[in-house]
Amino acid sequence: QLRRCKPLHWPSLPAQRKYMRSPLIPEMATQEVQLNETLAHLKTESETLKTKLEEERAKLHDVELHQVAEKVEALGQFVMKTRRTLKGHGNKVLCMDWCKDKRRIVSSSQDGKVIVWDAFTTNKEHAVTMPCTWVMACAYAPSGCAVACGGLDNKCSVYPLSLDKNENLAAKKKSVAMHTNYLSACSFTNSDMQILTSSGDGTCALWDVESGQLLQSFHGHAADVLCLDLAPSETGNTFVSGGCDKKANVWDMRSGQCIQSFETHESDINSVRYYPSGDAFASGSDDATCRLYDLRADREVAIYSKESIIFGVSSVDFSLSGRLLFGGYNDYTINVWDVLKGTRVSILFGHENRVSTLRVSPDGTAFCTGSWDHTLRIWA
Amino acid sequence: MTSNSNLSNMRRLVEQLQLEASVERIKVSQAAAELQQYCLQNAGKDALLVGVPTGSNPFREPRSCAVV
Repeated sequence: QLRRCKPLHWPSLPAQRKYMRSPLIPEMATQEVQLNETLAHLKTESETLKTKLEEERAKLHDVELHQVAEKVEALGQFVMKTRRTLKGHGNKVLCMDWCKDKRRIVSSSQDGKVIVWDAFTTNKEHAVTMPCTWVMACAYAPSGCAVACGGLDNKCSVYPLSLDKNENLAAKKKSVAMHTNYLSACSFTNSDMQILTSSGDGTCALWDVESGQLLQSFHGHAADVLCLDLAPSETGNTFVSGGCDKKANVWDMRSGQCIQSFETHESDINSVRYYPSGDAFASGSDDATCRLYDLRADREVAIYSKESIIFGVSSVDFSLSGRLLFGGYNDYTINVWDVLKGTRVSILFGHENRVSTLRVSPDGTAFCTGSWDHTLRIWA
Repeated sequence: MTSNSNLSNMRRLVEQLQLEASVERIKVSQAAAELQQYCLQNAGKDALLVGVPTGSNPFREPRSCAVV
């Protein structure tokens, strides 16, 4: 309970306040002192809660994931190589997404181009030039009939894909999301009707595609939000976001509430991805590590790092069973990690500049990377 | 008044921390066991992990060229 400040305390206001401002009514001075007391009290309470949170999490930390996994058979040698190279972007590839049909891909680039490819044949099926450069986000609609993209224009726009390759896609463009800073990531929910976005303005937001209406906004990050991922549909209405504040936040999509928060990375979190069961998620950061956070244990349960890896991770994704974690790095490589044992099982070379984006195909038969070397590669 | 917005920010922070502190948690040993179980149960379907019979991974096929 807060102690009420007696009016007699008004003469004990810090000296500078007397000269900066004379309260019109003595009660206002009292309110100010009450305010300061309340603030101090709240600050103490928040410190206490933070400590309690750490203690509660620590109590359940009875073992490490890799210890539990000691008896699991080690993985053998991997033969994964580039099976397709998609050439056509004129500048850095910044983002890509798979279509549910497991063969089409949408990618976006620094030069403003958004291209839809058939990854089997490497043919380009559609191309759109955005009115802005640095298209940092793109996503395929679940129906396969539209793509969403955005970047420095602070917006997320949806382009219906026409069967007529000669049709000008830009003509049917629909502006859906409006942020006050760059769009860093976007994703359709389980239908073509709603889009989730994250932005340099520090927020995430859920939008209705048809009307462009803001359905829910998510406040809590203290800096740019760089990435997001929706929970697998079976697990319910949550998503995870990562930001420049080094935090990964898990959100309830209906209430807008942040339900869990993790702050163990030492730098910006560039990528977050749910484990296939929905019980955990991985993150990749500029601190050169990938980490695994279990949602039911409410803590970090693994770090994927090596002393020799000093460049930031731009993008992460799991293989279908969740056993492998693929990380695209700023040193042009892809590191493949054994999620359970915490060891690296493979390192893949091929790109001639940073790997900026990485996604496993919907049926897990391949994964695609995009790079600052202007190309995309399909690996299997 | 800035002090009022600081106050409401602090109140929100305390509420948020109270919410996060009240989350129900399980032991890491149990969580880890379940993650492991999921991996092992689904390993057979994971093409990148175990590979698939030749011919059934479209990306491992050389792409066909159409002469137009």
